[in-house]
Amino acid sequence: MRRLYACLIALSVSCGSAAAVRAEESVDLLKQPWSFDGLFGTFDRGAAQRGFQVYKEVCSNCHAMSLLYYRNLTALGFSADEVKAIAADYKVQDGPNDQGEMFDRPARPSDSFAKPFANEKAARAGNNGAYPPDLSLITKARKGGADYVYSILNGYGDAPPGVTVADGMNYNKYFAGHQIAMPQPLQPNQVTFADGTAASLPQEAHDVVTFLSWAAEPELEARKRIGLEAILFLIVFTGMLYAVKRKVWAAVH
Amino acid sequence: MQTARRHNALIRWIDSRLPFVSFMEHELHEYPTPKNLNYWWNFGSLAGIMLVVMIVTGILLSMHYVAHVDLAFNSVEHIMRDVNGGWMLRYLHMNGASMFFIVVYIHLFRGLYYGSYKNPRELLWILGVVILLLMMATAFMGYVLPWGQMSFWGATVITNLFSAIPLIGNDIVTWLWGGFAVDQPTLNRFYSLHYLFPFLIVGVVLLHLVALHTHGSNNPLGIDRKGPQDSIPFHPYYTVKDLFGLGVFLIVYAALVFYAPNFFGEPDNYIPANPLQTPPHIVPEWYFLPFYAILRSTPDILFIPAKLAGVILMFGSILILMVLPWLDTSKVRSATFRPIYKQLFWLFVVDVAALEWCGSQPPEGSALLIGRVATAYYFIHFLIIVPLLGKLERPLPLPTSIGTPVLQGGGAAGGSSARMEKP
Repeated sequence: MRRLYACLIALSVSCGSAAAVRAEESVDLLKQPWSFDGLFGTFDRGAAQRGFQVYKEVCSNCHAMSLLYYRNLTALGFSADEVKAIAADYKVQDGPNDQGEMFDRPARPSDSFAKPFANEKAARAGNNGAYPPDLSLITKARKGGADYVYSILNGYGDAPPGVTVADGMNYNKYFAGHQIAMPQPLQPNQVTFADGTAASLPQEAHDVVTFLSWAAEPELEARKRIGLEAILFLIVFTGMLYAVKRKVWAAVH
Repeated sequence: MQTARRHNALIRWIDSRLPFVSFMEHELHEYPTPKNLNYWWNFGSLAGIMLVVMIVTGILLSMHYVAHVDLAFNSVEHIMRDVNGGWMLRYLHMNGASMFFIVVYIHLFRGLYYGSYKNPRELLWILGVVILLLMMATAFMGYVLPWGQMSFWGATVITNLFSAIPLIGNDIVTWLWGGFAVDQPTLNRFYSLHYLFPFLIVGVVLLHLVALHTHGSNNPLGIDRKGPQDSIPFHPYYTVKDLFGLGVFLIVYAALVFYAPNFFGEPDNYIPANPLQTPPHIVPEWYFLPFYAILRSTPDILFIPAKLAGVILMFGSILILMVLPWLDTSKVRSATFRPIYKQLFWLFVVDVAALEWCGSQPPEGSALLIGRVATAYYFIHFLIIVPLLGKLERPLPLPTSIGTPVLQGGGAAGGSSARMEKP
């Protein structure tokens, strides 16, 4: 037996060192204290609205968000009229009309977000062969989630000496392989925030990631609120069941 | 019949024609149960409840899901975003699968520790293994339905296993796919079977219960009940104890669903399936990782190529459980009275945990080496240790009855588990 235990300890030590080697290869992400973290997390509406502005003015030139509808924006604190006005800025194809023809009309709140490219081929043709991914679920679809997207947006810079970046690629500290097809999307003061917030790069990145996190998990606030109620109820209820169990079993013990 | 006499005339009238009330009273109220069952015996009823939760949430989800390669991913997101309470249904179902496997694995290891598979409960145990196999098939096909990257590539890898079968392997894979790749026919049939299999499980669970009620539950001492003094009626004693256990279980389940719904998930499955782009690491769900580790760490064995050998050992690792009642030569059921088996049981638990870890790692370097050692030990445990130990080990003296275990010599060793009942 003792020899078996010794083998096990040796195995676990070798596992630990292997994990340590692997960890050195990846870079620690920039961690942010997000408003939607924790048991009581909610989306900071101001940040999410600013983030939507960043998406609208910058990201949406290349990235679709096909799972979102303009009507969803009311959840960020935009009024019904504001949402109508936002949607009306976009054209969508509708039809066929009574003459059997397709026609363009301004988007309505019930329409999904307009896409920058008609299809994947068009998107690749416009982006040096790379396909800008749909951002609807981006914070759920990447390891590291919101922190990962935030890190990518802040991770651009000159390649360290000795690293050559391929033609048409860009150096990013946090991207796997450090070469990313997307040029640095956000610069300081790239947007002028409607609420007067200073548009530093970390601020823009923080706000757009708050918006993208809401887009990926619009149910988050309801989920955490109902979860708290459900768990508090269950704790009380289970406590009562334990008391009943003690009482029923009292005679057996 | 006698018990039904207490009820009113209508119930008596029905009961004499369809003895439902008598049946329930006999199987639930009067059903004699050992008085010393500890909390590890809660997991059978929890598994039954999880089966019901999965069927109910699954039926509701199926009212909104679309089994089409172009629509499946978005229909799941439609459930998450637009269906009232849809996110809760979907997270209950998705995490319910994980909770179901946690419960069933604990139930299985409890059987291994207390020797619940031994005479006269061999068929009860075999039916349990059949349920496990059906659950695995159901869970695998369910994971394909959202049609994300892991769904698609997981389905491709696992169905490709059948190509390891000599001569007819490739034809079988084409037959399973309904085409020459994982595509629309595959998704459609997986959806159909994912809906069917839970009801097959219900059928086998009923047989499992019939077999259980024939000889009654095993117990932590592993000795037979000697008389009425060793038994208590199932209701109210174990109904209330199971309900309390259910409450604790639901707190854990709710914490997962509401606060970490993607804890067991892979981020890649929130990327729509793309047959042209293979993810860097294809990992199955956590409950398959030990078996995946066995599959991937198996080398060429004699003239059998590694792939076929891996598939044989992977399926063998589950099927071997079916013959365990005959591999185990010990007449003593409970590990409480088997000092060496008790230690080797925990070593086996560590072995399965090591396989779980190896399954999550790329099969190279130390992970591959540990995977090979752990795979070998898995089979050594069942094929060599368990049969030999029954002959070589000297068990502690068994108590004469469930009512008086602590007065006996074996009481000290068995005390902890037998007394767990007392708060």
